[in-house]
Amino acid sequence: MSDARANGQTPIIISLVVSLMLAIAPAPDWAEPFRPDWVTLTLIYWSMTFPGNYSVGVAWIIGLIVDVAQGTLLGQHALAFTIVIYVTVKFHLQLRQFPILQLTATVFALLALYQFVLFWINGVAGVNAPVVAYWGPVLSGTLVWPLVSIILAGLRQRVRR
Amino acid sequence: MAAAESKKQHRSPYSPALGLRLLLLAGLSILIQYIDHRDNHLDAVRKAIGATVYPLRVVVDAPVSAWRWLGDTTASRNQLQLDNSRLNTERLMTQARLQRYSALEAENARLRDMLEARTRVRERVRVAEIMSVSANPFRHVLVVDKGTNAGVFDGQAIVDANGVVGQVIEAGVASSQCLLISDPGHDLPVEVNRNGLRTIARGTGNFDQLDLPFLPNNADIEPGDLLVTSGLGGVFPSGYPVAVVDTVTRLPQEPFALVTARPSAALNQVREVMLIWADEDEEPEIPISEPEPEANQPVDSETGSDTGDLTDESTPETGDETEGETSE
Repeated sequence: MSDARANGQTPIIISLVVSLMLAIAPAPDWAEPFRPDWVTLTLIYWSMTFPGNYSVGVAWIIGLIVDVAQGTLLGQHALAFTIVIYVTVKFHLQLRQFPILQLTATVFALLALYQFVLFWINGVAGVNAPVVAYWGPVLSGTLVWPLVSIILAGLRQRVRR
Repeated sequence: MAAAESKKQHRSPYSPALGLRLLLLAGLSILIQYIDHRDNHLDAVRKAIGATVYPLRVVVDAPVSAWRWLGDTTASRNQLQLDNSRLNTERLMTQARLQRYSALEAENARLRDMLEARTRVRERVRVAEIMSVSANPFRHVLVVDKGTNAGVFDGQAIVDANGVVGQVIEAGVASSQCLLISDPGHDLPVEVNRNGLRTIARGTGNFDQLDLPFLPNNADIEPGDLLVTSGLGGVFPSGYPVAVVDTVTRLPQEPFALVTARPSAALNQVREVMLIWADEDEEPEIPISEPEPEANQPVDSETGSDTGDLTDESTPETGDETEGETSE
């Protein structure tokens, strides 16, 4: 694992950077509320696979970057990521055993939890957004999860060796 | 091999107890959110992280701007000639209007002098391009390609050719985020151009609608009235068009009329915006000629050269404005 950390982590880092880029990529107005939470999905996958390296700390730092990229309250996404990744790491052994359908349902729950934290902080900070801004990413994120997990599983083969 | 690896992985997540780390990080997040919400102490942190985000923005923006560049370079000669003649006509018309404007302005300054009122704030502008990156999903925000290295500051007003667009909420080093006037959290002090009636225009979360929630039923306002910035909030300079009143519904049982307006600027399809710097306005006692050259000379030359590089259409207008005001 230690030599993998030295030279094999590049695919993971690249996947995280790509997910950040997808998170700020331009989209038509109608598609904007249905942008999947690419960063969340990527983080869930890697923390489930390598909970030793990608845990709450990494999630927190990436959350701060997302906060700056999106101009939200500093710490909002960081908190949401930390909580979601905590749950993922806590149950990563069970999650790995799940068949794809059950795993997708769990991801739905995780994304809903993530959006709930954002919703809660927005409420406290006095930012009011339409309901679709919260549920859109949860639905689309659940739909793209199988695709994301297949792509990242392909990357994972490279990390191993 | 795999078993050993997974055993290692299993132990490591709990090494410094996971729950403890969660509590620490969650507490830290809540703390920095609290600080960030109260005031701007974390600007330096934001700028530092923003420096890592900027390359991402550039990469994401690159395909779109490359596509635009390709469109511009491969435009046919015929198209260019058409554009050229159209722009020339437009320029002539604007210049004609501008002639009258400078006369009006001189008259205005004279009248204000007689009233011993403060002279109007001088402004200079600079063109910025919208980066095609998407930002905060919960707010109406856009990203422009100018930052503090171009002198952009938090709270700066942003207009386009037709009217007010929004204001800068977070000035990064080389790119800034702007809040649109259509954001539900954005309130803009306006006045009716026809009679000077002052009120507040509030965003609705809809790109083509603003609400005017604080007008009594007997207020003198009609559909078609132009709303301009009143300059009262201190953020926006006065006199820029904001919106045109769309509907006025007077309900006798309600204390306030329901008034909606349509923003003059096409908020969801702007590609270039203008950043406005308000130069210091001076007290009427101070002789106008003395402080101006020192204060404005470097500034004027700077904007002249900068905007000259960017677009030619906007420079003559703005140049004339500043020069006209300085000379009077």
